[in-house]
Amino acid sequence: MRIHRRTLLALALATGLTAPSLALAADDTIKIGLLATFEGPFTVLGEDGERGAKTALDEVSGMVAGKKIEIVKGSSDASPDSAVRAARKLVEQDGVKVLVGPLSGDEGLAVKDYAKTQPTVTFINGTSAAQDTTLRNPAENFFRFSTDGAQWMAGLGTYAFNDKGYKRVATVAEDYSFPYTQVFGFMAEFCKAGGKVPSKSWVPIGNKDFSSVIAAIPDDVDAIYVALGGADAVNFLTQYQQGGGAAPLIGGSITVDQTVLTSKGKLRDVLVGTPSAGPTADTNDAPSWKTFVEAYKKQPGAFPSPSLFAHGYYVNMKATLLGLEQVGGDVADGGAKLRDALSKLSFDTPTGKVSLDKNRNAIADIYLTEVTEGPDGNLLNKLVKVVSQVNQTLGIPEDEFTKLGAVSRDNPSCP
Amino acid sequence: MSLTVAVGAAPRQNWLEKLGAGHIILAVALVLYPLVASDFFLTQIGGYSLIFGMLALSLMMLAGYGGMVSLAQITVAGIAAYAIAILGENNSNVLGLGWPWWIAAPFAILAAAVASALIGWISVRTEGIYTIMITLAIATATFYFAQQNYAIFNGHSGYAGIRAPVFWGVNWRDPKAFYYLCLGSAVLSYAGILYGARSTFGMTVQAIRDNPRRMRALGYHVTAHKVFAWFLAGIIAGVAGVLLVWFNGRVSPGTIGVDAAIDVLIIAVIGGLRHPIGPFLGALVVVLMQTFAIDLVGAERFNALIGLVFLVIVFISPDGILGLWGRIRPQLAQESLRSGP
Repeated sequence: MRIHRRTLLALALATGLTAPSLALAADDTIKIGLLATFEGPFTVLGEDGERGAKTALDEVSGMVAGKKIEIVKGSSDASPDSAVRAARKLVEQDGVKVLVGPLSGDEGLAVKDYAKTQPTVTFINGTSAAQDTTLRNPAENFFRFSTDGAQWMAGLGTYAFNDKGYKRVATVAEDYSFPYTQVFGFMAEFCKAGGKVPSKSWVPIGNKDFSSVIAAIPDDVDAIYVALGGADAVNFLTQYQQGGGAAPLIGGSITVDQTVLTSKGKLRDVLVGTPSAGPTADTNDAPSWKTFVEAYKKQPGAFPSPSLFAHGYYVNMKATLLGLEQVGGDVADGGAKLRDALSKLSFDTPTGKVSLDKNRNAIADIYLTEVTEGPDGNLLNKLVKVVSQVNQTLGIPEDEFTKLGAVSRDNPSCP
Repeated sequence: MSLTVAVGAAPRQNWLEKLGAGHIILAVALVLYPLVASDFFLTQIGGYSLIFGMLALSLMMLAGYGGMVSLAQITVAGIAAYAIAILGENNSNVLGLGWPWWIAAPFAILAAAVASALIGWISVRTEGIYTIMITLAIATATFYFAQQNYAIFNGHSGYAGIRAPVFWGVNWRDPKAFYYLCLGSAVLSYAGILYGARSTFGMTVQAIRDNPRRMRALGYHVTAHKVFAWFLAGIIAGVAGVLLVWFNGRVSPGTIGVDAAIDVLIIAVIGGLRHPIGPFLGALVVVLMQTFAIDLVGAERFNALIGLVFLVIVFISPDGILGLWGRIRPQLAQESLRSGP
């Protein structure tokens, strides 16, 4: 009897381990994997990314070329390992042929590497904005219709030097690939214009105590460039202000977005007037942007204005749907037709025209902004200038640009 | 020892009887598993569960037999994983000494074991909750050090592009080969612990767990025994670390973060600390939950479901899944008596 019962247990175990692999898509549906950070420090950002993707999907009522779109969600905690694990599950278990995501920089680099091992699956970026996801050693089947972190900085360095008159700037940024890319984008212009960056501080994600960082900022700088996200930005700004720091600020793309601007306290006095740049601007008057904001606001739990994560996921999902529409929803050929259509795709987004370069990275408009107080007292990013059609090499010829070297903590440098 | 099969029965048994029917059936099922499983279930569920099972096994060995609950097992595995990335080849343009795998892998495992012994040496004079605290402190410190050190650990992005070796004409990262590699390592660790628990050394460690003062009075070197137990646990965790880095192809501070450290503890607690099969059962449940909970309840609340299941298991049975089995078995036996001929 003992043996008998153990046999049953073993059988139950074996069937339990194999049975769920029977998930096949019906012919009239297309499965799209949606990979975002639904856990960990970037949960709020991931959820807003999903709202953006859903907005694009709602525009076509969830149908493309007569086929229903089925979204299968995958969650990461912003670490590259978890992103690859979630992507593997979506591709190898759920059988998606098209995957939209991930959200953050190092995840993008990891998923790009994974994409190379799955040539029949088409990967479209979420909002990950590290430069080398597409610039160096790209994957044939990884597309990015959102721009990278250096592109987001277009115009800011020149504006800070010429219009604001800052000659010496210290930088404070998180210690991973996306902020490296942002600092690179800012310094590329700022140093070229003649500015100096005597000190760069890199802090780990989730840092709470910035006192040593603040103490290390030289006294003789004209401004501080801050590329921190979410809670890190709020913590740094609060402590800097409490420590009596008075230098004006320059913001990275996610430093002065709605997640930080809506925080309570005295921060607002510090933040008003902070110049920044990114793929969106809150006070954009273009009708296409206003239509997008209205559509976005219909999503449950939406912010007053879409974050750049909602925007990025929207643009990439929109591109995916347009590509699928062009090939009649046919990915049976391993997605070759779809990838061909995507690489030639050029379309109008709420933030202007988007097309791809030969590395499948977007060329798009970038918005130079400045924080102002809105009519009802809330802080907004006021549109200062549109820098049109910024490419990944920031207008520098590609061979010259790659000679500048890969972004890192030490590159570029102009002390 | 509720699941221990045919232990301490008649003295003259042949080796088949010694092994026990349960083990044989389980072994056959595990060996034949690749025939029915998809590649995803083979590696992402099977291989991954075996790897985390081994990690939790090294914790179970320390906690169950030695009474030392360690939160640093993932750190030990991480040291082996980083050693593979540093000594072997990676594509992150940092270090990557290019040693062949048959030097790098044993070296990595040895480094992990030595590190584990060091951790043990630091924490062995503490007991109970203080051991947990000190190992948690070591795990956290290592995580932050790896995150901020660029010369050795390459900071936040860590190392990528690490490939499993190809030898005997087999690419050991292919799903089937990798599964069998994990299975082989897990079986060796499992058998080693079953054997070791009944060896003189194992008995001594258990006696030290129960009454260190008396063992010291009897003339045993308590610290040395405990540190050696840490060394052995480090070997198992090191093997798991090597497999983990071959599996992921990359290692970064996130791999050895506090979340992962707590995952290992959860696996061990869910599975049960009384028998070495417990950690593997726990790993299977946890990996299945973490992979499929998002399909059951959607992206917003799936971690709540995972937490709830763990809570229920621990609430119903403080000894984990093993304890559940221990409770159900007498009832089943009663049942079979009633329905018998």
